[in-house]
Amino acid sequence: MTKIDSKIPEGPLAQKWTNYKNNQKLVNPANKRRLDIIVVGTGLAGASAAASLAEMGFKVKSFTIQDSPRRAHSIAAQGGINAAKNYPNDGDSVYRLFYDTIKGGDYRSREGNVYRLAEVSNNIIDQCVAQGVPFAREYGGYLANRSFGGAQVSRTFYARGQTGQQLLLGAYQALMHQVNEKNIELHTRTELVEIVIIDGKARGIITRNLITGKLERHFGHAVVIASGGYGNTFFLSTNAMGSNGSAAWKAYQNGAYFANPAFVQIHPTCIPVHGEFQSKLTLMSESLRNDGRIWVPKKKEDAEAIRKGKLKPTDIAEEDRDYYLERRYPAFGNLVPRDVASRAAKERCDAGYGVGATGLAVYLDFKDAIDRLGKDVIEARYGNLFQMYEKIVDENPYETPMMIYPAIHYTMGGLWVDYELQTSIPGLFAIGEANFSDHGANRLGASALMQGLADGYFVLPYTIQNYLADDIRTPRMSTDMPEFEEKEKKVKEKFEKLLSINGKYSVDHIHKELGHIMWDFVGMARNKEGLQKALDEIMKIKKEFWANVRIPGKADGINLELEKASRLADFIEIGELMARDALNREESSGGHFREEYQTEEGEALRRDDEFAYVACWEYKGEDKTPVLHKEELKFEYVELKTRNYK
Amino acid sequence: MEKTINLKLKVWRQDGPKAKGRFETYEVKDISTDSSFLEMMDVLNEQLIQEGKEPIAFDHDCREGICGMCSMYINGHPHGPDEDVTTCQLHMRKFKDGETVTVEPWRSAGFPIIKDLMVNRNAFDQIIAAGGYVSVSTGGVPDANAIPISKEDADEAMDAASCIGCGACVAACKNGSAMLFVSAKVSQLALLPQGKVERARRAKRMVAKMDELGFGNCTNTGACEVECPKGVSITNIARMNREYLMAKFKD
Ligand code: FES
Repeated sequence: MTKIDSKIPEGPLAQKWTNYKNNQKLVNPANKRRLDIIVVGTGLAGASAAASLAEMGFKVKSFTIQDSPRRAHSIAAQGGINAAKNYPNDGDSVYRLFYDTIKGGDYRSREGNVYRLAEVSNNIIDQCVAQGVPFAREYGGYLANRSFGGAQVSRTFYARGQTGQQLLLGAYQALMHQVNEKNIELHTRTELVEIVIIDGKARGIITRNLITGKLERHFGHAVVIASGGYGNTFFLSTNAMGSNGSAAWKAYQNGAYFANPAFVQIHPTCIPVHGEFQSKLTLMSESLRNDGRIWVPKKKEDAEAIRKGKLKPTDIAEEDRDYYLERRYPAFGNLVPRDVASRAAKERCDAGYGVGATGLAVYLDFKDAIDRLGKDVIEARYGNLFQMYEKIVDENPYETPMMIYPAIHYTMGGLWVDYELQTSIPGLFAIGEANFSDHGANRLGASALMQGLADGYFVLPYTIQNYLADDIRTPRMSTDMPEFEEKEKKVKEKFEKLLSINGKYSVDHIHKELGHIMWDFVGMARNKEGLQKALDEIMKIKKEFWANVRIPGKADGINLELEKASRLADFIEIGELMARDALNREESSGGHFREEYQTEEGEALRRDDEFAYVACWEYKGEDKTPVLHKEELKFEYVELKTRNYK
Repeated sequence: MEKTINLKLKVWRQDGPKAKGRFETYEVKDISTDSSFLEMMDVLNEQLIQEGKEPIAFDHDCREGICGMCSMYINGHPHGPDEDVTTCQLHMRKFKDGETVTVEPWRSAGFPIIKDLMVNRNAFDQIIAAGGYVSVSTGGVPDANAIPISKEDADEAMDAASCIGCGACVAACKNGSAMLFVSAKVSQLALLPQGKVERARRAKRMVAKMDELGFGNCTNTGACEVECPKGVSITNIARMNREYLMAKFKD
């Protein structure tokens, strides 16, 4: 078995990053100009990395599938961004943020990486303020903080309910600044369709111009994947319609390990599914759990009457309500981590206490908060979220409780990377949600923005130099080289094949089938039998897809169905790997809940002696079983405990 | 409770930037009033695919009103008849059974049509590139709390910053002016101490770029503010005019 080297630097935990920076190789300014870096994706991670690398003097080529870098799905993050500033003086510290993240991730992430993340978290806030990000402030003019699920301190910075938007616009503006300075060559509406490897190193990409349909070749001394997560494997998720796993999947197919694909986060507070034509799910920020109380009726007959429309939630007397999170977890109450809150909602609904027309919903009630703080305060905090809810559901959450249900939201798994954020292919890096690195089996709220920007602003711009320092003598390569030629040919053939099928079903039709299988068997609760069934079913869907998909139009010019089809082809394979990984992991940890492994009280049961490892999957070819490598996780600074939020 | 409606749709179809466009009429049936406008368009596209026709091209991504990608001109309004929403947040309960709905792309000199309902809004990126930022590199910045900012200024900056760059303001304006978009960014940064240093240069550069890219003049009709899905206010335009005059004055 290959030894997995995570390259964690020597020294005590708090010194590792400093030691690394003191000893790493750097590239001098004259040489930076001669080095090209490709960055795929312009979300928080991609935009911040592209801007920072360009400011340093590298020549950056930046790619996005959207019409503008400002549209990336990071923009939709609502609640906030964590940092260990301890401005509220409530006992926070870098160590505590590190500890909460390790614990929240159910002890399935690396100590070294997570400590570094906590360490640079403070720089992110400084940077964003300097860019003009309008964070919320107190009357004294200083920055405001709030608390978030899984934490006992207030360490979350926010810009109303639009924190992701404001942080992304900050990074986007920095990126456009560099475009203006001609340090970044920006390619919009352009999709990565292959990665080019020369002499074992990532040296370029093949892209499809989404307007002309033309395949294009691009050289880079290094390639950075910042293309986000693969949550849309489930069809319905809170991800944007265009979010996809294809760039990461191409990396995998070219030999980069894919780590912990089964670790998917289900977000507890989303607007419930309404019908068959639903195209996506809308998240209601977790920050709502600060003031909202979650409940279902205590009596089954009340729940049933509500489902039939005979009773309204406001008809249920206080003593007939079951505030089940407060009941089960008195210490954290409504602020338990996401996975715990999600499973608890499912448990109540499965037991017959769910509300809404489908019975797959629970209440999130603001009545007490409004009585206590006044409607204005609640409006100032969550006004835009309440408005969004009302537009979608047509009910006023100031008067009647919101209905929520868990939905797929984020993928903790992703491309395996070492401490330098380099994948197992030299010269190929992965940052942000596209990598697996910092969240373990579950991500804490307000930590995605933190990780994306940490990777992009403060980690990758250092670590990539350690690699590029050995490449300063490598001249720019011609894209006429056979390696480029060959990859382009392969892609062309794939597109031709897709278009020639001309079967019965639309791409979405097949994608929805995949989504159902994923949600039923690889969703919130998994078991051996179900996962085996999922593997069989996914194989069938794969066959169905390649025999029966219908894509109108041609390969040249705009062809939105072709774009979706090529992404779905990858989602099907990602789904398969997720099921395989979930089957292999015979324990429950974080977002991965195996029904066979739970305590008598129904809580997740980890098996540290056997599964305290990162599952790294290696591609072995089309329709071949991938090989599992294990990166053992060593815990030197925290003691492995059963998470307890009671 | 769920209801369904039938609709007639008049949709603008155009094969490419240079091609001649036309309206095509389609019918959709049993549309749940709980679904969104774009979900209704998905149903129509599914229908077209089944008939072996090319689906209608339109831009969309987040479908929760924040990315600014969706952009349909529905029954004479950018983002349709409902207030304070983007097309993706517009719901079918706003339409009547049997109604005819007209769907067009943004129409403006600054936003050439790419195909059907898709337009090119690259000009917005170019305007930002011309100066819509604070020139600060990563690292070497002071502590986030080093400069207090009054809550009023921070809130006002946030109001301006909530622009999603969809371009509804331009589509709503009979002159095709981009003043609301540009002024929102100029205001946000002028209100914050971090952005004050470059304010004159920024206003001049962004306005020059806007003029260069073929956007029209502002004649204060206020249509942009009415149609803005995020309620960005035209007081930003007044502020930008002041910024711009001050900058010119200094020259
Ligand atoms: S699709 Fe993002 S705002 Fe409508």
